[in-house]
Amino acid sequence: MTTKDEVIDQERRCFLRRATATVGGVGIAAAAVPFVSYWMPSTDTEAAAAPIKVDISAIQPGQQLTIPWRGQPMWFIHRTAEMLDTLPQLSSTLRDPDSQEPQQPEYAKNIHRSIKPEIFVATGICTHLGCVPTYRPDKGSIAPDWLGGFYCPCHGSMYDLAGRVYKGVPAPLNLKIPRHMYLSETEIMLGQDSEGEGE
Amino acid sequence: MIPQKKASGLLGWFYARYPWQEFMQNHLSGYFAPRNFNFWYYFGSFSLLVLVSQIISGIWLTMEYIPVSEGAFASVQHIMREVRFGWLIRFMHTTGASAFFVVVYLHMYRGLIYGSYQKPRELLWLVGMFIYLCLLLEAFTGYVLPWGQMSFWAAEVITSFASAIPYVGKLIMVWLRGDYNVSGVTLHRFFALHVIFFPLLIVGIVFVHLVALHKVGSNNPDGVEIKEHKKEGMPVDGIPFHPYYTVKDIFGIMVFLLVFCTVMFFAPKFGGLFLEQENYLLANPLQTPEHITPAWYMTPFYAILRAVPNKLLGVIAMAAAIAFMFVLPWLDRSKVRSIRYKGLWSKIAIAGFTICFIGLGYLGHEPVSPLYTFLARFFSVGYFAFFVLMPFYTAKEKTYPVPERLT
Repeated sequence: MTTKDEVIDQERRCFLRRATATVGGVGIAAAAVPFVSYWMPSTDTEAAAAPIKVDISAIQPGQQLTIPWRGQPMWFIHRTAEMLDTLPQLSSTLRDPDSQEPQQPEYAKNIHRSIKPEIFVATGICTHLGCVPTYRPDKGSIAPDWLGGFYCPCHGSMYDLAGRVYKGVPAPLNLKIPRHMYLSETEIMLGQDSEGEGE
Repeated sequence: MIPQKKASGLLGWFYARYPWQEFMQNHLSGYFAPRNFNFWYYFGSFSLLVLVSQIISGIWLTMEYIPVSEGAFASVQHIMREVRFGWLIRFMHTTGASAFFVVVYLHMYRGLIYGSYQKPRELLWLVGMFIYLCLLLEAFTGYVLPWGQMSFWAAEVITSFASAIPYVGKLIMVWLRGDYNVSGVTLHRFFALHVIFFPLLIVGIVFVHLVALHKVGSNNPDGVEIKEHKKEGMPVDGIPFHPYYTVKDIFGIMVFLLVFCTVMFFAPKFGGLFLEQENYLLANPLQTPEHITPAWYMTPFYAILRAVPNKLLGVIAMAAAIAFMFVLPWLDRSKVRSIRYKGLWSKIAIAGFTICFIGLGYLGHEPVSPLYTFLARFFSVGYFAFFVLMPFYTAKEKTYPVPERLT
């Protein structure tokens, strides 16, 4: 037995073991690719997520229109002048009053977070854990000093009427402003702008 | 070693080809367990019973359930109203889900108070924790299937945890959902995970759990090793599992089934704890329910998540709450196992932990308010303090003398 053991080339055996493990490992990793990719959205799911046109002519001042897009509620809100007046008063109580975080396209990086001041377009998904915040425009409806905005029923996150998140709530970021552009005075293309397509 | 019976004929043919007698001898009639098991030792067998019940009722539900977003909700109503005894099979499954967590939590608590996770049972505890983790995921994926409002929003909130991961979070979330938002695609894959992937995994790990148990043997309320006192190779403080504990477990199972059936027949919704009112409404991606809570067995972790005012840290705290349970065997530095002989600090710590866990469970089920947020933070600190301070108080405290043999 011992003489036999001595003729075994341990170095060669070790190399072969490692080579086999490496080749096998690469094979398993390669075989995992289709299984992992399978979980990504399929092509028809992607096609269903194409940009859509939205007619905003019927939204009265103060009203909210919700359109499902990519399975998410997309908001179109016609803000009154009184509502817009509340926005500059809030800066000190907001987490990101100047929209420094990349939660909006460049053209919505302003105090009213929109292209036209009165028309607010936003994705109605709380940036905390994806619930749909409720539109609460009435003053004092959430707290005595509430100036109107959005309130998330899940964990109590609060946003102002430009979707800017308050301090001291679980949500970390302002509401997302999707890519959009005006096709005419009353028609918006949602999910597309001069830069390209996407959310 | 009890001599094996000689068998001839068909049985003899079978015994010559399959180690049936050896198996029964090694794991039942010749497997010795401590003689002083109390009622806490029922919950392991109850867990096995509920696992079997869940698998059988689950298979039967699959025969009528439709896992697509257009048909799922209606098919559950079809099971409840039109399929013969469909209501019974479904309530067996929904009550079973909650019962599973009741018995598993009590089973884990038994391990906690009697130090069953200590050397040499660290691996046994670890394997058990993996079962618990799989069970949470199994319960979550199953919760989504009826496709009611709570189902949808549970899927939405829990898959959103992934988005807290820096840089790749959004991609992982879309990957988990198979769509840009929770949709029928998500429902269908959760169905696959719920009926095949996790059950297979759970059955496999339960087997490993039992193999690990039979290697080291059961701990007991005294935390004394019975293998240290042997006579003719048998532990003097041990009794064969069969017939002694099989008979004891059968008695326990009868009591358990009495309670289980009472709930299943008379209070299957259990006041909204086992089945929420909100989940009798069809999933609506455009409207979040006013008051959203997870199932009761996840509320302690949910309360911890909500208590942290930062998304990423909240998710980390919640994951840490479960992760700490995994490393329990390496946090306890005590010389003794059982709470019976541990010092005052350990007793206070376990009592405090119990209050924090139940308190968090209650708070996670209630709407947020400033007082409740404060309490949730207080209990969360208590929860983590139990684990973080454990190496100190267990090492420093004065323990009581442990008896040589079982009392």
